[in-house]
Amino acid sequence: MVGIVLVSHSREVAQGTADLVHGMAGEVEVAAVGGGSDGSLGTDPEGIRAAIEGLEANEVLVFMDLGSAVLSAETVLDMLEPERREVIRLVDAPFVEGAFAAGVTASTGASAGECVEAAEEARTVSKLH
Amino acid sequence: MSATESTLAVIKEMAAAMEEHREHLTSLDAAIGDADHGTNMNRGFKAALERLEETEPAAPAEVLKAVSTALISKVGGSAGPLYGTAFLRASTALPEEVSPAAAAAALEAALSGVKQRGKAEAGEKTMVDALEPAATAAKEAAEEPGATVGGVFRAAAEAAREGAEATVPLVATKGRASYLGERSRGHQDPGAASTHLLLDAAARALEQTPQGPKGGP
Repeated sequence: MVGIVLVSHSREVAQGTADLVHGMAGEVEVAAVGGGSDGSLGTDPEGIRAAIEGLEANEVLVFMDLGSAVLSAETVLDMLEPERREVIRLVDAPFVEGAFAAGVTASTGASAGECVEAAEEARTVSKLH
Repeated sequence: MSATESTLAVIKEMAAAMEEHREHLTSLDAAIGDADHGTNMNRGFKAALERLEETEPAAPAEVLKAVSTALISKVGGSAGPLYGTAFLRASTALPEEVSPAAAAAALEAALSGVKQRGKAEAGEKTMVDALEPAATAAKEAAEEPGATVGGVFRAAAEAAREGAEATVPLVATKGRASYLGERSRGHQDPGAASTHLLLDAAARALEQTPQGPKGGP
């Protein structure tokens, strides 16, 4: 099954989003990485790497909130072994909505590609019809 | 002094510069960023020194790799991945004995890593605005007859200083400052400023160490 890593500048945003996805997508593995290594607002590449390595899922989608979260995730990807890197995708999607869409899609046993598609669609789906 | 010892001296001087200019960098960052650049860089280079003591690297490239890992994990923000990538790429371009041409090639590799990682080009009010002219000046200096590694870094540092000063009138289009739009004008980019300080520290360390034109032992 597809696993999800959520990278936010804020521990609470990452954890809260993980709780939301957990609540709606049941058994999908979700790891939250929020804040810098010292607990401040920021991103922690070591934490991102540990979260990715800690998942049992054979494919991993990584969602990032802003700026340095993206840079950190990309840097971690560079640091991983090539065969591990191949099964990890950074997803260009809204953080909460994208992770939610991907999680629910993953819970149906869908492929990583289908989950990414669902997450990317979240960018254009209108909330107020 | 071996090339490894010279490289360690460079990193120590860089760490001292980050400590000395911590408040200045943070005040630049307070104007257009989140007021932590000086603190973050100081913490990162302190961690780099600790890591170097633990790992006792035996080649210049290994020194830069250890620094890269420390910066990536300890600086935080965008500067960690960006400087970490710069040092990592520089390390891959560095042979055991560092010639002026190899030093210039390492700066060029650092620049291309930063541009790729940050998806940035010159003129966007980022560290690229200091690093790109520095790499160009380093390459020119390395081609001069009688070039030294210290001279290459001195030329790079001077070009970086001018490049960093030239970020003042620019409008930021990358990073947090880009949300400020026109209000980012009139302030020096903190990343460009720290790039200048680091290259200046490297030049100072190398100028203090006795070395032949090839910078070897």
